Amino acid sequence: MIATAACTPEDDGKWEWCRVDELLNPPPDAAWESLYDGLWVTIQATIVGAIIAIVLGLVFAIMRRSTVRPVSWTATAIVEFIRSTPLLVQLFFLFFVIVPTLFSGMEVETQAKVAGFTGLGLHYATYMSEVYRAGIDGVPKGQWEASTALSLPRTRVWSSVILPQAIPRVLPALGNYVIAMFKEVPLLFTISVTELLFNANQYASTTFQSTEAYTRRRLLPGHQHHHRHPDSTVGASLWPPLNPSPARTGPTAPSR
Amino acid sequence: MLSDVWDYLPNLLRGALVTLEVTGGGIVVGLIAAFASGLMARSPLRVVRLISRVYVEVFRGTSALVQLFWIFFVLPLLFGWQLFPIWAGIIALGLNMGAYGSEVVRGAIRAVPRGQYEAAIALSLSPMDRMRRVILPQAWVGMIPPFGNLFIELLKGSALVSLITVSDLTFVGQGLRQLEGNTALIYTVVLVMYFVMAYLITLGMRFLERRAKAALGQRPVASKRPTDVLPLEAGA
Repeated sequence: MIATAACTPEDDGKWEWCRVDELLNPPPDAAWESLYDGLWVTIQATIVGAIIAIVLGLVFAIMRRSTVRPVSWTATAIVEFIRSTPLLVQLFFLFFVIVPTLFSGMEVETQAKVAGFTGLGLHYATYMSEVYRAGIDGVPKGQWEASTALSLPRTRVWSSVILPQAIPRVLPALGNYVIAMFKEVPLLFTISVTELLFNANQYASTTFQSTEAYTRRRLLPGHQHHHRHPDSTVGASLWPPLNPSPARTGPTAPSR
Repeated sequence: MLSDVWDYLPNLLRGALVTLEVTGGGIVVGLIAAFASGLMARSPLRVVRLISRVYVEVFRGTSALVQLFWIFFVLPLLFGWQLFPIWAGIIALGLNMGAYGSEVVRGAIRAVPRGQYEAAIALSLSPMDRMRRVILPQAWVGMIPPFGNLFIELLKGSALVSLITVSDLTFVGQGLRQLEGNTALIYTVVLVMYFVMAYLITLGMRFLERRAKAALGQRPVASKRPTDVLPLEAGA
């Protein structure tokens, strides 16, 4: 009955002695492996989120300057609404409502990534649109008038007169928001995108050594056992439970 | 479908009340921390400045969520006592906001013209009176708009306390979603409620700003009032 071998997919749903065994004798390399996995997802989220935020922020900022009233109103409404509601709830909204409707065929994990990255990007796009707006407002009025005098088409005015002057001066502020966004990546663990904090969390709830896990997370990425089920620990210990129907992948035997 | 909103509303409003409690508590803790740290940053003592600097950098440099988890899960292990979840939330969010607010306070105080200090010294006001009666009332006007932004950030950050089982608006929304399955509607209502609360904060801060500006504009009059009143009374 008491197996000492590593868990195999057949063990799922039975008495999981193998998992207890794994927990008591963690292979030393597993922690570092998962550390790099988590770090990688964090970097991915930051980069993808930043790209979305930088592009979409500019779009919002230009829309807000539009002479067509409905366009500028729409942009203002979107920006104000997103800016004053919590990212956490937006992530839930994207993950539970929008993404399952649009991409029903996807695996849950991919859905979580799509929701997480776009949610992060969209939220920070609204902050960045304010930054762009300040930059655009800082371009002297004479530049607009000169463009009109030269009867440049509107797209040309933006692309070769206004933006080349506005963007360089807002770059530092945009950078600050990218850093702020990096610090918000831990939120993605609530919709089960594997992430550093998620790993630390798992480590804490499997070993009850929260001190080590969260302290290290503040300085270094977390430390945990690779071969735990994401849903077996976090679902039990944290509100909200993560995936509605997590794709239960068999425990992967750590490579030594 | 839309009529379901009325069924959910009582619960959601109760959640919103908890969100407001957490936000309000966080604002109080945050303001205290911000002023303490912002004033410490101007201390002539190096050690005091260093403490303020470390506090600001640590709390600004790490994620609010991790700070919250650290205070809720780690403090009990280190010191043997555990905070109620709501208090852990208030303290973590407050200290986080305080670190950002500290810079606001520091910047606003620095923006008060130097002549004001010199005048206060010339009038031989004590350092305490100088700060309380001369510098802070002028700096306060400049602090209100950035503090308004921070308060809204705090309101948004208060959604995090749902992750340490505080039954705030987000937590209630999550619970209702699992009970009712009416995900889109519930989250929409939750988002709108957050938006309304944020808008109320904006309105409140605008009111405060108007008042502080008016007070500043009237200060010469207000401080003269005793001497103004005397001749009037004498005349009557």
